[in-house]
Amino acid sequence: MPSPNSPTPSLVTSPESDLALCARSVDVYYGNRQVLEEVSLDVYPGQVTAIIGPSGCGKSTFIKALNRIGELESNMRVKGEIQFFGQNIYSQRVNLNQLRRQIGMVFQKPNPFPTSIYDNVAYGVRVFSRPSRAVLDDVVESALSDAALWNEVKDSLKKSALSLSGGQQQRLCIARALAVKPRVLLMDEPCSALDPIATLKIEELIRSLQQELTIVIVTHNMQQAARISDYTAFFSTDESQVGRLIELGSTAKIFGSATHSRTRDYIEGRFG
Amino acid sequence: MTLFDRQLTKPLPLGRTLFSYGMNAIAALSTALALLALLSILFEIFRQGLPGLKWEVFTSLPAPAGETGVPSGFGNAIQGTVLMVAIAALLSVPFGILTAIYLSEVGKTSATATIVRFVMSILSAVPSIVVGVFAYAVIVLATLFNYKGFSALAGAFALAVIMLPIVVLSTEEALKLVPQQQRFASAALGANSIQTTFKVVLASALPSITTGVLLAIARVSGETAPLLFTALFSQSWIENILNPTPSLSVMIYNYSGSPFPEQIQLAWTASVVLLGMVLLTNLLSRLITRKR
Repeated sequence: MPSPNSPTPSLVTSPESDLALCARSVDVYYGNRQVLEEVSLDVYPGQVTAIIGPSGCGKSTFIKALNRIGELESNMRVKGEIQFFGQNIYSQRVNLNQLRRQIGMVFQKPNPFPTSIYDNVAYGVRVFSRPSRAVLDDVVESALSDAALWNEVKDSLKKSALSLSGGQQQRLCIARALAVKPRVLLMDEPCSALDPIATLKIEELIRSLQQELTIVIVTHNMQQAARISDYTAFFSTDESQVGRLIELGSTAKIFGSATHSRTRDYIEGRFG
Repeated sequence: MTLFDRQLTKPLPLGRTLFSYGMNAIAALSTALALLALLSILFEIFRQGLPGLKWEVFTSLPAPAGETGVPSGFGNAIQGTVLMVAIAALLSVPFGILTAIYLSEVGKTSATATIVRFVMSILSAVPSIVVGVFAYAVIVLATLFNYKGFSALAGAFALAVIMLPIVVLSTEEALKLVPQQQRFASAALGANSIQTTFKVVLASALPSITTGVLLAIARVSGETAPLLFTALFSQSWIENILNPTPSLSVMIYNYSGSPFPEQIQLAWTASVVLLGMVLLTNLLSRLITRKR
């Protein structure tokens, strides 16, 4: 089990601009229905933060608020403040395209574009600039290498992305997200549609990416959270159907000696 | 033999068996009737039209009535149909696709989009002769570039009005079929909505959009009523799109009622050619869809 060197979050008093993401009293609504209440959560740079919790506790909703993709998907509204390295992402002056470029996202189901493998990875780069072929080739190769896919596809870059297996498609989506050099990568249950071997590869990938990237991963698989994360946040809900953050701590602490009885109950499989 | 084995081989009650056979027979009969209508039309057109199908019909003008022994054909009408359908497509396809993009990607369920969608479905139900009268009033009676009167442009305009709702509605359907997940993937990479629409959504939907456009083209190629009021007819080659222009459909309409047997023959042959053009367009659209 990983044991990060950083102090336990509850004792941390780092300035907010040092945090990769910092949520303060975040409430989320779908229309008039509240789904998250008073979530205050810190995401430490260069660490993997896992979000676990029972179905319907709002963990996916929460990370969709972090790159503001949720408001595109539905009538989602966010109250409170979320800072990305000290900048309020819900400020009116924020350029959503710049924001989402810096906070990348990998979705639950692999969603490659129905174009070639090369064009999939190059897409995000081409959105922002017109690089020369040579530069683009380098970006594509390094993104695919970072996503541990290069050796499998280097001879078939022109082939359709849809010809890849599910696990390869998901790694392609990771490569596509990495190609624009984000500072934070959000992953919304990236392995839930994959078989155990493909899952293992993604988990290894997450550990290797952590050097230069901050990762927030939502997972319904507690073993996965224990294997790959440095910090774990436990979300839960009660009869009111409004999700709350119950506890955030180092993964070792959450899985070893959680403060809250509800966290312990969930981790020991007594509910949820 | 156990009870279970016997259950597997036991036939259904007689009533259910007969009902099943009866329904199958009715379904087969209805299919045959529907096919009969199509096949008898095709058979008659080919029986009457094929004997007149020679190379000269594509390259000559219609011979003056009553004259025999000279090459006679409808090259000008083929020219006119292709020209007017092409202009109509140039007018309606860009507007149609952009309208569909508005409906599917921007307006969605807003009041404006709902109204536009409603207007489009009404427009697609307007009888084509009404569209012809409309084009007559708007284009034929107006003076354009010092020309006034029947013209290929007026005919193309009428055809474009008929094509527009078909293109809009089929393109909107094609855009809606693109999975939402691809739009989110594009947005999550920092693309704005214009980039997402043109680079991802439109690219994915292109084969089905092309199919819709080709079907719209096939549909208007045979329109007669709107052209009667707008393009009229002519016995000569096309020199100017602002002059009266012949078309296959109007030619068939004019010549089929003629007292001269060679003109009636020409109408049958033109039917074969028109049918062939429409069939080819349909086949092409099927090919594009299958390639996906």
